[in-house]
Amino acid sequence: MAGPDTIRGWGFVAPALLWTLAFFVVPFGVMAAMSLATLEGRELVWGFSFDNYARLFGQSYLLRAIMVSLEITLTVTVVSILLAYPLAWIIAYRVPERWQRLALLLAILPFWTSYVVRSYAWLLVLSREGVINQTLLAIGVISEPLTLASTRFATVTGFVHFFVMLLTLTIYANLVQLPPNYRRAAVDLGASSWQAFRHVILPLTLPGIMTGAFLTFVLCIGDYITPQILGGNNELTGPQIIMVQLGRGANFPLAAAMSIVLMGLVTLAYLGASRWLRIDRL
Amino acid sequence: MTHSLMRRALMGTAAILALPGSAMAAEDLNALVWCDHTDPALIQPFEEEHGIRVNLREYEGTATALALLEQSRPGDWDVLVIDGIDVPRAAEAGLMAELPADELPLADFWPGVAMEDQTQMGGKTYAVTEKFGYNTISFNAGKVDAADMQDLSTAWSEKYKDRIAVYDYYLPVMGLAAIAAGKQTADLTADDLPALKETLFTMKENARSVGEVVSSQTALATGEVDIVIGGGEWLTAVLAEEQPELTWTIPDQGAVRWSQSIGVLETSENKDLAIEFVKYIVSPEGQARLATSSCYWGMPANKAAGEHLTGAQKDVLRWDNQAEYLERAQLYPAPDAELDGQMQNVWLEMLQH
Repeated sequence: MAGPDTIRGWGFVAPALLWTLAFFVVPFGVMAAMSLATLEGRELVWGFSFDNYARLFGQSYLLRAIMVSLEITLTVTVVSILLAYPLAWIIAYRVPERWQRLALLLAILPFWTSYVVRSYAWLLVLSREGVINQTLLAIGVISEPLTLASTRFATVTGFVHFFVMLLTLTIYANLVQLPPNYRRAAVDLGASSWQAFRHVILPLTLPGIMTGAFLTFVLCIGDYITPQILGGNNELTGPQIIMVQLGRGANFPLAAAMSIVLMGLVTLAYLGASRWLRIDRL
Repeated sequence: MTHSLMRRALMGTAAILALPGSAMAAEDLNALVWCDHTDPALIQPFEEEHGIRVNLREYEGTATALALLEQSRPGDWDVLVIDGIDVPRAAEAGLMAELPADELPLADFWPGVAMEDQTQMGGKTYAVTEKFGYNTISFNAGKVDAADMQDLSTAWSEKYKDRIAVYDYYLPVMGLAAIAAGKQTADLTADDLPALKETLFTMKENARSVGEVVSSQTALATGEVDIVIGGGEWLTAVLAEEQPELTWTIPDQGAVRWSQSIGVLETSENKDLAIEFVKYIVSPEGQARLATSSCYWGMPANKAAGEHLTGAQKDVLRWDNQAEYLERAQLYPAPDAELDGQMQNVWLEMLQH
């Protein structure tokens, strides 16, 4: 018979377990079952068929959507890390402590605007008549407007603008926890600044980088809004194809199969990053 | 096993969450509509006259509406706004209630707009056309040779490479491609798809973007593109005052006519009120408000709406050209489920081309 401590323990975790069961396990089960169903005409037929997966991997335009998602996500993740790390470093080590809160606030200011509004704002900035093209034309760098909007570049720009903020926070949180003596000790022992960074600071901030990178990967690969607004539908990502299947064809089984594949990619990313995922260090 | 209980139960939860607010009451009307019906200027007069609330749920694409209805409980929805060509599909599924045809002002409708073949079955009327317009060519008259826009294949040719946006809806744009090839949209078969695909690929190669309504409108308004394939009065009319250079035309080969209908759902528990709402929408006053909705403009099915529109509004809608336009335009393609799936696949191939 369970003791009072055990019962109390279950009482504490029960809400979280029920929440996870109701809003993750059950919906995931339904989605997995749906991915094995088929559509006959406009009728949904439940069953145990891998036709949707065969179609997904057999039709180039569907598979390409997954590849496009993966390429964009990896690009965004790498570019965001490269931009966020120096920013976090400057805020953590170069900005006086009393100004760091303000600096962080300014860094995350764009979070305060609507995601959709921000994407449309980028569309205007990158358009032929936008500020970038008009400035370059005015100073004579270009003679014809550049094609910036409705491209993969625009999608990546919109994503990076968002995720640099996220990564700056996770990396900054990691950096400020490092005792300054580590770097000083390395330098005292003869390491150059670069060697101290490369062999001491960088490895110790990998949890912050990888946590931010993983969150970026998850949010980016499942995003529909940014590529829809900024990409100009010139190439479709996985979520866009899923939306097409749901909204136009009511093809829930194929949409579910694509969702499962995207979840598989997220799981692979988690497994790849799990060694460094130390959220408790942030 | 089709339409299993499990699917109904699980999807029903989502549908309930999607209902327009928790304040739904038996005396309220619940309507599945397109965005033009969400303009308060259209809905408020009816609400005030009847002392009720009209709960509106906006949707895009008939497939979405049918899925929502399937997932809902009987009686959840009273009114459905639906693509004119999809009325038979909804009526055959037993979703639509019979309307009192003798109480509808069909005699005042523009010729051919009532679309009896679609809205009536077995002598019964299941929906009524409320608004129509054209999927054709919208363009910036200040930057494009208007004469070029009279030929569909020139409008999407290499001459305008990177200055074109394509409206992201496969039916009207594939209809335009068919019209450019001299085909009837109503007669399209799977055999026509390879040729249509070639035309779509040409469009894509020369297009800057493929976008839905807001994206296409933004692209044209900001000068990102100068031409929108599949555009029409619904795209440029709301911009007419600020940017009169944005206009549209019906090319020599013709254009596609879009048409939206309204009907009452068979499972409605407020049929009388729902029918009153339909009658209001097709009344001259309701039609004028619907035609100039803040979401998008379009021609009112009822000609009598002209008494409630200003001369400027009629000019934007090309009121005086309608007789000619109606003759030259063809309806959307109306594929069966199999052809519809094939057309969507071709469209996706074009998007990924």
